[in-house]
Amino acid sequence: MSAEAVSLALKPKLSPKAKLRLDAKTGKYILLYPEKGLLLNPTGAAILKLCKGDQSLEAIIATLAAEFQSDADVLRPEVLSFVQGLLDRGLLQAAP
Amino acid sequence: MTTEDRLYTLIAELTYLCPLRCVYCSNPTNLAAHPDRLSTADWLRVFEQAAELGALQLNLSGGEPLLRRDLEELVAGAHALDFYSNLITSGLPLTHDRLLRLKEAGLSSVQVSIQDSVPEEAERIAGRSSFEQKLEVARWVKELDLPLTLNVVLHRQNLGRIAEIIALAEHLEVDRLELANTQYLAWALENRSALLPSAAQLDSAREIAKAAKARLRGKMEVLFVLPDYYSDRPKACMSGWGKRYLLVTPDGLALPCHLAHTLPGLAFDNVQQRSLDEIWHHSAAFAKFRGEAWMPEPCKSCDRRELDFGGCRCQAFHLTGNAAATDPACGLSPQHALVSAARAAAQEPPLIPLGLRYREIRR
Repeated sequence: MSAEAVSLALKPKLSPKAKLRLDAKTGKYILLYPEKGLLLNPTGAAILKLCKGDQSLEAIIATLAAEFQSDADVLRPEVLSFVQGLLDRGLLQAAP
Repeated sequence: MTTEDRLYTLIAELTYLCPLRCVYCSNPTNLAAHPDRLSTADWLRVFEQAAELGALQLNLSGGEPLLRRDLEELVAGAHALDFYSNLITSGLPLTHDRLLRLKEAGLSSVQVSIQDSVPEEAERIAGRSSFEQKLEVARWVKELDLPLTLNVVLHRQNLGRIAEIIALAEHLEVDRLELANTQYLAWALENRSALLPSAAQLDSAREIAKAAKARLRGKMEVLFVLPDYYSDRPKACMSGWGKRYLLVTPDGLALPCHLAHTLPGLAFDNVQQRSLDEIWHHSAAFAKFRGEAWMPEPCKSCDRRELDFGGCRCQAFHLTGNAAATDPACGLSPQHALVSAARAAAQEPPLIPLGLRYREIRR
């Protein structure tokens, strides 16, 4: 984890090396990148489907809160830590 | 097999032919015994069967996969099956046009190897002029916006330049840098005394790689793989025999790893005779080292047996003569002296420079 916290204004998008697809064997989404894959839980998959570079993290959290009928304040730390982890690994990047 | 055995990655070794003659090549030393025997249709059928088994990743490898004239067609086939396809290449022979065609066919990413940061040294290890072409290919990959992995095999003759190698990778704007110490099998085993590094070399290189990894986080992924001769516990070879990977050789053998066909007494099936599904689920050779029933002591009662699966079967055979032995890289192996003696000999520079044996076709 890097020290600086991720900004809520950041617009995350998948980096060119990362591909999101459904794994037919498990019915779960998986994020593929060179030599590896990251099997996602439903929240992780829902987050990444929204990471298209066209909306801010705050907007993504609001969408997820509606989708999961949850509170944005509850979701925020989980989403930020997930996104930060993928930014650190170069699987997500900030859209301009 | 257990329910946990699930094919994720198909490694397609399209040909063992290669323009380079690297002294640590991981192809078998009797590579002439495995000529290209699979047609385009054969490979496409193998891809389809692998996808049905659940494979998501496809490594197009070799030898040099670019030597297959039908590579574009194979990439397109992989793309139609939704594979994440990775071209693992020396970068020779390749033109910008062909790389563009491969991208248009749906290639997901490219891994280019370099041997060193210094052209003369790189070419001494590769056995031919190649350095400038490799850098050119790396630049084309970036220019075409394909993800670029730079793979550098490390050994005692280039570890001292790890900082320069990392700087070169940064300059090329590499997405992922694999700094992988030589695995001492096949050609690398023949050249082991010339390649095995000292502990001091490794410690210093590991520190430099660690600092680069922290500094480049989010920008370039840096991977440093220690040689198992120095890790005291064996590596989880292929994440376990027949668990995650299946490899097909140029002549069509379906294997659990790169060198399984060098093990005696195992009859591997050919994809021209049996489907991957039958092979994965019913082949005796795939069943041979799955699970724990085959394990000797100290593996059988070891609390790490589910982490390292007893290590590498090929290393066990090529060092001890017994494929079912504990991997001698393990400090607990009764035959660990085979590894520790080689390690001890590597602590001092040799009195005379050791010659290198280049990869060649032996008849």
